Amino acid sequence: MWASIGLSAVAMGVLAIAFALLLVWASRTFAVKNDPRIEMLTNLLPGANCGACGFSGCSGFAKAAAEGKAPADGCRAGGPSVAAKVAEVLGVKASGFKRQVAHVFCSGTEALAKRSADYEGWEDCRAADLVGGGGKDCAFGCLGLGTCVKSCLFGALSMGPDGLPIVDTERCTGCGICAQVCPRGVIQLVDADRRTFVNCVSPAPGKLVRQVCSAGCIACNICQRTCETGAIHVVDNLAIINPDACTACGKCAAKCPTHVIECLGPQEEAEPLAAGQAVQ
Amino acid sequence: MSFGALILLFVGSALINNFILSRFLGICAFLGVSRRLDTALGMGAAVVFVMTCSALISWAIQRYLLTPFKLQFLEYVIFILVIATFVQLLEMVIKKYSPSLYEAFGIYLPLITTNCSILGVALLVAGSSYNLLQTLVFAVGSGLGWTLAIVMMAGLREELDFADVPLSLQGSSLSLLIAAIMSLAFAGFAGVVPNL
Repeated sequence: MWASIGLSAVAMGVLAIAFALLLVWASRTFAVKNDPRIEMLTNLLPGANCGACGFSGCSGFAKAAAEGKAPADGCRAGGPSVAAKVAEVLGVKASGFKRQVAHVFCSGTEALAKRSADYEGWEDCRAADLVGGGGKDCAFGCLGLGTCVKSCLFGALSMGPDGLPIVDTERCTGCGICAQVCPRGVIQLVDADRRTFVNCVSPAPGKLVRQVCSAGCIACNICQRTCETGAIHVVDNLAIINPDACTACGKCAAKCPTHVIECLGPQEEAEPLAAGQAVQ
Repeated sequence: MSFGALILLFVGSALINNFILSRFLGICAFLGVSRRLDTALGMGAAVVFVMTCSALISWAIQRYLLTPFKLQFLEYVIFILVIATFVQLLEMVIKKYSPSLYEAFGIYLPLITTNCSILGVALLVAGSSYNLLQTLVFAVGSGLGWTLAIVMMAGLREELDFADVPLSLQGSSLSLLIAAIMSLAFAGFAGVVPNL
């Protein structure tokens, strides 16, 4: 019996050592040189794998950044702090990272937007958009089924009581997933320091907008005439604000007959208003 | 060993004694990685590869080490050692020479270490009197049979995504029922060829 125990111990030992040596040899021979920065970068990134950078997850971005195929400030979710760290690892100068947040460009709350049908299908804006465009009469506004809320990885979106999504700008990382899933293009990324918005995306003529929604842009040109810095232009039946020229004086918002212009006031500390409301 | 007998061995290992549906080995990966058709194919390819290589090495160890020294009772431990080592080695080689294949295999390659059908093939070969050629045919046949089963399962489960499944049957319960019905179908192969 002792002989067979000894023999098996020797056989196992010899085999184990042989295999171990084989693996050691193999790991040296077949070693793949990985850029050590890739791992460092992967650890720096938020790890949400949101894909806003355009690469397959955080590791994909780390690899691309190390190879110089992605900009140092490419991580939207990480914001300026991550961009600075990434730039440090890569040995490049951090470019001016402009924080962006999502914004809901629609004022058509349940009370203000006309509704002449009930949608009872799958609770998803994309599905509702395919079959007749949900219940609202406006063919451009928010469908209110919350696909953006479900898509948000960071819990920055919630569905408000009036049927429009609300962006928590503190939590929003500007990854842009909500803007991608919104079939109407109602959610768009804007610079975080932008103060004035025209909360409507409808390119329909003013008369048609009036018929379906009492809070849409009717392209009346009052804001364009009011603006002292020439920041507002009505293009394709929709007022467009140039944020670089806007001084956030709030005069356009005060004059807007449908209150579709939202102005947060010139100071950063100004109390943010809920989407759809306007400064009177 | 005639050519006809080798064909019979192949069909027998792939269909009649299908590893998943007749021997019930490798069920964990069969249920775990059968959600998408392409990943099921990837897993199947990895299994065929590792199964063939590990069966050949196990055959050699059994024949030239365990049998001469009367150490057959060690076969479980040693075969696990062989499989684990071999999967590691394979991973390194693939990573070096074919990064795209490495990306495609992904997590499935390490997962194969714990796939009991690999050990099953090694043990069945060790318990038989197969020569090297027969071992090769048996291992390739078993691997392809395993792939066939998991690909069929993945195809069915992909179709099920569009089906209105009752709440009580959703998920693993329906998967197990499907596996059982597929297994019944494969039981029909038994006895088609005597002594297989």
